[in-house]
Amino acid sequence: MRGKLYQHYLFWPLVVLGTLLLFNLIYSPDFFSIVVRQGNLYGSLIDILNFGAPLILVSIGMTLVIATGGIDLSVGSIVAISGAMACLSISKGTDQNSLLLVLGAVGASIVLSIILGVWNGVLVTVTRIQPIIATLILMVAGRGIAQLITSGQIITVSNSNYEYIGAGSLAALPFSIFIVAAVLLIASLLTRRTALGLFIESVGSNSNASRLAGLRSKTVILTVYIFCGLCAGIAGLILSSNVSSADGNNAGLWYELDAILAVVIGGTSLNGGRFYLMGTVVGALIIQTLTTTIYMIGVPPEITLVVKAFVVLAVCLIQSESFRKTLMTRWKKRNYPAEQEVTRHA
Amino acid sequence: MLVPILEMTGITKRFPGVKALSNVDFRLFPGEVHALMGENGAGKSTLIKVLTGVYSIDEGSVMIEDQSVSISGPLEAQKAGISTVYQEVNLCPNLTVAENIFIGREPLKFGKIQWKKMNKDADQLLRERLNLSIDVTLPLHAYSVAIQQLIAIARALSISAKVLILDEPTSSLDQNEVQQLFSIMRKLKSEGLAILFVTHFLDQVYEMSDRITVLRNGELEGEYLAAELPKIELVLKMIGKELKLLEELPKLSEESKSSVGNTMITASELGRKGAIKPFNLEIRKGEVVGLAGLLGSGRTEIARLLFGVDRPDEGKLVVAESGSTVKSPRQAIDQGIAFCSENRKTEGIIDDLTVRENIILALQATRGWSRPLSRKKQDEIADQYIKMLNINPPNPEHLIKNLSGGNQQKVLLARWLLTEPDLLILDEPTRGIDIGAKAEIQKLVLSLAKQGMSVLFISSEMEEVIRVSDRVAILRDRTKVKELGSGEINQQQIMQAMAGG
Repeated sequence: MRGKLYQHYLFWPLVVLGTLLLFNLIYSPDFFSIVVRQGNLYGSLIDILNFGAPLILVSIGMTLVIATGGIDLSVGSIVAISGAMACLSISKGTDQNSLLLVLGAVGASIVLSIILGVWNGVLVTVTRIQPIIATLILMVAGRGIAQLITSGQIITVSNSNYEYIGAGSLAALPFSIFIVAAVLLIASLLTRRTALGLFIESVGSNSNASRLAGLRSKTVILTVYIFCGLCAGIAGLILSSNVSSADGNNAGLWYELDAILAVVIGGTSLNGGRFYLMGTVVGALIIQTLTTTIYMIGVPPEITLVVKAFVVLAVCLIQSESFRKTLMTRWKKRNYPAEQEVTRHA
Repeated sequence: MLVPILEMTGITKRFPGVKALSNVDFRLFPGEVHALMGENGAGKSTLIKVLTGVYSIDEGSVMIEDQSVSISGPLEAQKAGISTVYQEVNLCPNLTVAENIFIGREPLKFGKIQWKKMNKDADQLLRERLNLSIDVTLPLHAYSVAIQQLIAIARALSISAKVLILDEPTSSLDQNEVQQLFSIMRKLKSEGLAILFVTHFLDQVYEMSDRITVLRNGELEGEYLAAELPKIELVLKMIGKELKLLEELPKLSEESKSSVGNTMITASELGRKGAIKPFNLEIRKGEVVGLAGLLGSGRTEIARLLFGVDRPDEGKLVVAESGSTVKSPRQAIDQGIAFCSENRKTEGIIDDLTVRENIILALQATRGWSRPLSRKKQDEIADQYIKMLNINPPNPEHLIKNLSGGNQQKVLLARWLLTEPDLLILDEPTRGIDIGAKAEIQKLVLSLAKQGMSVLFISSEMEEVIRVSDRVAILRDRTKVKELGSGEINQQQIMQAMAGG
């Protein structure tokens, strides 16, 4: 089993991503070309990274939540709330050129996102509501909160400092990519260089046994919900800064579902336990590439969702080991589902 | 000459890197109880899984009633008349008893389930074949593990089995329940059913079985008539070496008795409603205290209170050294208490993690998330304990869920020994473990006590409790009824107290 490339957990997600990218070549031969304009890099690949940044962020947070056996449906709403909060603070400011104003607005959004994460975490750990229901509350209520903040309007801001977060460039690359890289790095370091990852996997795999082994399961779970809220908050900032406005209704709509999908494509099981941050990143990139592809090949808008659904279905089937096996060993009459389960982990 | 109802020849099964079975023959005659014996990892479970279609067969053939069959799944095994009741009950706890028995085969009328008929049939089945009268409309989890086991057997029987496989059916039953099960087995046997019986209890093997097949390291050691194979021979065949370990034990125990020190933990009038009536218990340093009692007598409940898993309603628990009490497992561990639960699967192992990760988990939890053990250190620890406890396969990167029950137990033991506790609570540490490993664990307990560790030893096997304990507390009906000091421990005393004489 060691050394076999196709058994690496990233193999199939990367194959899918590669296929999607190559597919684009048929429609746009210069898909891979990257040009330098005004000192910045431009190209479809850069776009995918740039526009995919919020989704990757949300998915990273979601990965850790799912690893504990939970789920966070409220991330889309937190994205909206965070953006609304930042835009509101900026629009109320007197000195639009002040860097302090933007920092204050960003700080307020992040604090609010953390509070929302705490809210989810407390509902799950203290009141012991099942995660899907606990976070559903904020998913629904969050849209209301976001609209409350924006008074039901779309708040538009024009502040070059704020725009930098989602639309600015650093070292010829979109700044949002650096934010994602930083969060990913921090998340990887925290989970793999400290024992946090082990604790998360342990709690997600068997929370009862983890408690008996002396783990503070509740603290671990609370932490991941807070982290997830934080990630969604940062994603909200990027999104709203990119368009210089906050839309309580539509910002981050269906992000929770895309994020869950990205996590699953990346190889993390919804049952909790082992998680794969890099897998999630590839998963999110697949989803973003798919969206880009659909626009690029000119699928009529009314059926884009159907096309997306079919591709996602195909991706999931390709990823499923048992499906691949059935496909490849059809001539073999017997199959042993239980055994595959065993040998896969052996 | 009888014709075997089931004949397996030359069965070979390979897993990546391991040959789990090689060229094993096995046969089963109608109307007999056939015991399958072997140490942990000898291939018993694999053989059963091959027979029930969970695993495929790499080489060899299976004949049922002289017909060659290929069993490719649990469903086909059932169709061929092979039913299995596993060690851990494989039913749905939140469905009713009747639903569990008839799941997938509900009596239908115009596509609608006939609930009345189903409940009536279930009730009748349990009453007639198992002498069990219970409310079949209650959810399964309302009943004890023992009853659940019987329900699992009832389900197997109702699928008109020719061969019934009982994999460690008695490991979680108390003495009375075992006898109830045995009388049912005898009844079924007289009705011509062939029963394959897997157990670690030698007495039970000799009480029940007509024939014994011994496996060792995935190979067939031999097939014997139970009447012609003395117990000691059987043990030798299973482990393939002289069994001096068990004989050394009493001596060790004598030596350790002198070295009992100060009080380690005191429970005074500690109790919890519905779990255990208020009791007093004092454990001293370097002392092994045994808890004897039937299943459900409150043994585990005491352990859970001492470890802070459950909160007591009344009474006081004081750890001598710190003078404080224990409110959670975390606090318990911080005060040097370790608890090896009897429910390995739900309260012990972390399925998705490797052996190494499972071993270091408790120590790492104590150190906190910010002070991780380096990978090198982890590997050292894992290797050390794998060697010390003889964990098989000796690969720290193996996922623990793929280990056999006994080896999982050893990993859990390693997890707790690593925390260097002052008090080690062992709840049924030897359940489902073969005799060699059992002796190793008993020996380990005694040597730990000698080094000054206190041990609370809970076991259904009285001989084991007697062998290792300096003092024995006896429980009956959730009450502590008696305590026997070192001079007074003997089987009869304990029996009397347990039974209420």
